[in-house]
Amino acid sequence: MPRWGMVIDLDKCTGCQACVIACKAENNIPFSSPKEARLKRIISWMSVLPVMEGEYPDLRERFIPRPCMHCDNPPCVKVCPVGATYKNREGLVAQVYTQCIGCRYCTNNCPYTLKYFNWYTPEWPKEMENYLNPDVPIRSKGVVEKCTFCHHRLQKAREKARAENRRLKEGDYVPACVQTCPTEAIYFGDLDDPHSLVAKLARGPRAFRLLEELGTEPKVYYLTEGEWHG
Amino acid sequence: MDKLDDLLVSDVAKEDVPILKPILHTGKKFYAVVFILVVIILIGVYAWILQLKKGLGITGLNHPIFWGVYITNFVFFIGISHAGTLISAILRLAHAEWRRAITRSAEVITVLVLFFGVFNIVTDLGRPGRMFKVFTDGKLGSPLLWDVVSISIYLAASAIYLYLPLIPDIALMRDKLRSKTKRFFYGIFALNWKGTEKQWTILEKAISVMAVIVIPVAISVHTVVSYVFAMTIQPMWHSTIFGPYFVTGAIFSGIAALILAMYFIRRSYHLEDYLKPVHFNNLGLLMLVMSLLWFYFTFTENLTAFYGAEPAHLAVFWSKFTGAYAPYFWTMVVCCFVIPLVILSNRRTRTVTGTMVVSIFVIIGMWLERFTIVLPTLINPRLPYERGIYHPTWIEFAVTAGCFAAFILLYMLFTKFFPIISMWEVKQGREKGIKETEERIKSYLPGKAQ
Repeated sequence: MPRWGMVIDLDKCTGCQACVIACKAENNIPFSSPKEARLKRIISWMSVLPVMEGEYPDLRERFIPRPCMHCDNPPCVKVCPVGATYKNREGLVAQVYTQCIGCRYCTNNCPYTLKYFNWYTPEWPKEMENYLNPDVPIRSKGVVEKCTFCHHRLQKAREKARAENRRLKEGDYVPACVQTCPTEAIYFGDLDDPHSLVAKLARGPRAFRLLEELGTEPKVYYLTEGEWHG
Repeated sequence: MDKLDDLLVSDVAKEDVPILKPILHTGKKFYAVVFILVVIILIGVYAWILQLKKGLGITGLNHPIFWGVYITNFVFFIGISHAGTLISAILRLAHAEWRRAITRSAEVITVLVLFFGVFNIVTDLGRPGRMFKVFTDGKLGSPLLWDVVSISIYLAASAIYLYLPLIPDIALMRDKLRSKTKRFFYGIFALNWKGTEKQWTILEKAISVMAVIVIPVAISVHTVVSYVFAMTIQPMWHSTIFGPYFVTGAIFSGIAALILAMYFIRRSYHLEDYLKPVHFNNLGLLMLVMSLLWFYFTFTENLTAFYGAEPAHLAVFWSKFTGAYAPYFWTMVVCCFVIPLVILSNRRTRTVTGTMVVSIFVIIGMWLERFTIVLPTLINPRLPYERGIYHPTWIEFAVTAGCFAAFILLYMLFTKFFPIISMWEVKQGREKGIKETEERIKSYLPGKAQ
């Protein structure tokens, strides 16, 4: 059974946010108005955060793209009162929109604050409605959602491999953000396969994970030269 | 008084008349207050319907401040519920004779306020229509489910505990009221109470059994409410002290609510002879003890975070002490500690009015305490680069005001249907209590009595 994971090279990231847009288009994430942005109601499964490091005049700006960390010990799963969020056999942390009661306990227990809540009924401009992705369900108001590592793409890739009577191979399944990144800063694959690129990169000396000390065991790794200063 | 006599069969005891009076006669002021409360409730209901229609986007909540006023209300109301059942049970078991006139008014608070605690958590849900999933698909691993379990048990236990001591009084009304429909109504609830010796033995045993059961249940309720926060890994929520800290705060705010209820019952129904300064004095002393205990916990909790100086904890700490939440935090300290300490530690100010004034401050202070526990942590998530804002909207205030108004209204209605002072218990105090106490004191002293 594969253990899907992601590696993001921060030294390659230019902060262009193509991954954010690709994610929104792929996963039917509604647009946000400037008003909603001011109210901090934006839903963005992949979000790039600018981080300023150091003190003047020795400043360095960085960009940290953050999808769901798909923790091996997910704190959000533990607290869900109705089992609407769970970790599946391949290690993906999933959210069942029809089961979610919208209590937002999981959003509060995510130390990365990477789960999102539907404050309103999602809406699109009429012209955009034809461009919605039929593979991804539209969430209703009042439920929690999050990055799925484009799980629907895995299902498709697996179907295709089965039809072609072969095993799933590396590169068959990548999330939209990985596919889009112009500098190829995001890698995706099976962390349990010792020969896969992600496994090698994750083992390397440049690799680290966010808030590793909490023991959540995220499956998103970051690469950077030198020390990381959170 | 003449009018009242018409409503009663003549042989009702003289000392029971003032207690029955509110049930038999309703003044204009009562209707005026009811009208105002109904208006507030309607505004609250309107706000709530608006929220149901448009979604929680209509509140001030946002990312990452997912919880706000509603969760504060939830913790606050569940805390108030400790007024009744717990205090009354402890005083009963301790044979505190001064309890007799106040137990009922306390127990009613518990049963009624629990509904508003539950209502607030339902209001906070994104999909309130799916709330029954906690029963059908509940996951026992979630602290929220522990809440569901213990609050349900508490509601059932405290309702029984309120009802049992009501039976003899209901039976009395069944027998003494002239109105046939009322006799029928009370007859149903009196459960064929005849006041035989056997019935009394069973009743008193049942009451003391319930008093014993109710105490651990009450403690568990507020402990698991605190666990909702303490079981997370968020800075300054993840604290071992939260269980006892929340229970202390709950009893503290509960006593304040009880004093307020007693104050208004005493004034509006002219029950000065039943709810005496000594009751307020004793409850005032109890409140003073809880205030000191509360301060001790608050002090320990914050000093630990400050001294440990973990950056994530310090961010929360400073937002309470000097940051955006400092006004709320320091108001809370004044309301919950400074004012109670000054007024309640002095016998001359520990009067009926004095304790009432302190209670108002404690109620405000304890609401702010819940608020400053919920918010500063959410505003300061662990990853250091995300900062939120929270300004509750009128929707949240209207729903909150509606809850308070609805609680007061239900309480007032209760006093119109049932005696708010336990008549038989007061009578028992007069007939048996004095002698029992005398004998008990004698048994403490050197001499023959065992």
